[in-house]
Amino acid sequence: MNGFGGFAVRRAAGAVVTLLALSVIIYVVFYVTPGDVAQITCGPRCSPAQVQQVSAQLHLDDPLYARYWHFLQGIVAGQDYSTGTSVQHCSAPCLGLSYQSDQQVLTLILAKLPVTASLALGSMVLWLIIGVGTGVLSVWRRGRLTERLLTTVTLAGMSTPVFVIGLVLMIVVCGQLELLPFPQYVPFTDDPEQWAWNLLLPWLSLALVESATYARITRAAMLETLTEDHVRTFRAYGVGERAVIGRHALRGALAPLIAVNANNIGVLFGGAVLTETLFGLPGVGREMVEAVKVVDLPVVVGMVLVTGFFVVLANAVADVLYALADRRVVLT
Amino acid sequence: MSEAVLAVETPGADAPGVSGARQFWRRLRTRRAALVAASAVALLVLVALTAPLLTALEGQDPTTYHPSLVDSARGGVPVGPLGGISADHWLGVEPQTGRDLFARLVYGARVSLGVALAATVVQLVLGVAVGLAAGLGNRWIDQLLTRVADIFVAMPLMIVALALLAVVPTSFPRPVLVALVVGLVSGWATLAKLVRAQTLTLKEADHVAAARLSGWGTVRIARRELLPGLAAPVITFAAILVPTNISVEAALSFLGVGVRPPTPSWGQMLTSANVWYQAAPQYLLLPAGALFVTVLALTVLGDGVRTALDPRAASRLRVGTGRKGGRS
Repeated sequence: MNGFGGFAVRRAAGAVVTLLALSVIIYVVFYVTPGDVAQITCGPRCSPAQVQQVSAQLHLDDPLYARYWHFLQGIVAGQDYSTGTSVQHCSAPCLGLSYQSDQQVLTLILAKLPVTASLALGSMVLWLIIGVGTGVLSVWRRGRLTERLLTTVTLAGMSTPVFVIGLVLMIVVCGQLELLPFPQYVPFTDDPEQWAWNLLLPWLSLALVESATYARITRAAMLETLTEDHVRTFRAYGVGERAVIGRHALRGALAPLIAVNANNIGVLFGGAVLTETLFGLPGVGREMVEAVKVVDLPVVVGMVLVTGFFVVLANAVADVLYALADRRVVLT
Repeated sequence: MSEAVLAVETPGADAPGVSGARQFWRRLRTRRAALVAASAVALLVLVALTAPLLTALEGQDPTTYHPSLVDSARGGVPVGPLGGISADHWLGVEPQTGRDLFARLVYGARVSLGVALAATVVQLVLGVAVGLAAGLGNRWIDQLLTRVADIFVAMPLMIVALALLAVVPTSFPRPVLVALVVGLVSGWATLAKLVRAQTLTLKEADHVAAARLSGWGTVRIARRELLPGLAAPVITFAAILVPTNISVEAALSFLGVGVRPPTPSWGQMLTSANVWYQAAPQYLLLPAGALFVTVLALTVLGDGVRTALDPRAASRLRVGTGRKGGRS
């Protein structure tokens, strides 16, 4: 287990380095723009005095490396923001202050996170069932009509954006058939039953689109595994088709499935932008779209950082999970 | 997958003495799905190119408002049956504004295909350049570029694209900006890693070693000896990138941060379509259908291109597809 512990530590260190590099890229892209950064950050309604203050707070007169260092310091150690009349303390990890809404960026994001998490995790359950199920079924029935049908449906799923599937579902299910109400987010803690009913359609829309990818991955990886020597050996020993597919071929699909799923969840936690916008769910993604429309720079930058954090975290967790699941993986 | 498909693919397609490009076309032609998809794509490109002609034929343009064709008392519902379909307006008019739907749809094809292709060019140039540099450069350059590519591979595309579109001043021409952002944020990093791996393999080949011994410079070797070997994987990857880029452009326009009105875009049309689906269902169905057909055709074509360029990958996947061979 010592080797595994070392691997986990090295992987975590790698994740931190990636995050730091990401923060440099983000800082340079967003705070070294040709426009007046202080004015953009502060928002269109700011007085010249306020802009002056923002400029001082962001240390815009300092050289680039000092500015970045200050930005990083704010995240790691927290920072005080003077709003003219009062001083607001933003404790670590501080992603800055939205001057337009006078709120701390992290607070803003965390408040929306339960909605996005509800959407992402619920949908994940569905897309794993639908996607992996479709993949396994098409391998099990390979060479038959079922496989061609499933392959066609999968292709269609991959070609449809989530806002088209969601829109059509919403119109048919909520508008025409009136089977479900138009989705409206109800917190899980308020009423679990209403929470699930209202999220059913968003879950399904997102899952249908995503599951196409999973079906393809599962199918390709399983077919690849079926050609390998050890599977031939199993068959020679008389292992049945059901066991070969269910136990051995499916194991071959585990690695790509874990990797893609982790990345997907990481991205979704940073905001399922399209699904949230379509169904009017007040999650992180919709907050991002709102912030983009009014150019609330601190929120936009904070959002990108948080999403990057989730992606890096999810990928690291996936590596560790995969090493645990398959002992053949070489730990480096 | 029946025996027929297998039989068509194996003989004849790889006749000796036929050039690579000819072989590629022969293999592509033998796949019916790819052929249908290619025709659909050709038709779409034709529509996009001839959009001004088509709308002139109809006698309309995509931006003129027709207030008389919508019922302002009922919130802007198109006047007449089927969402205002008439001899003058072949597919009806847009709710509220009365703009011609046919014209907006065909001009939308221009935006959709144009932005996606431009973004693909950005991705290809960037991916090949970075990949070649990493594959040919020294250890430090390679390490640095690979790290950067890794970060971009993991970057959440939608969020970063949204963020970039927010900070660039609105005076910048919007379609160009959308193409640039889509190209810069996504796709190129994966391609760069692919090109790097391929370059590392090709570097060891005899013809490259011979070129180096004859005193050729790195740039000349890259251009004359490496790029031809990279063509197949790069073309395959490009064929996957185009439909993805179309979806991304539509998504950004759907969110209201892509191309700006009055420039028509399919994604933008869908933004308010859910309000009008009862009075003018085609306002929803037309852009949704156009988007679906375009992406589907390009995806199927991409699949066809991949199997035509790398028949080994296809046959590898099809081994063991005989009927339940393992049961006996």
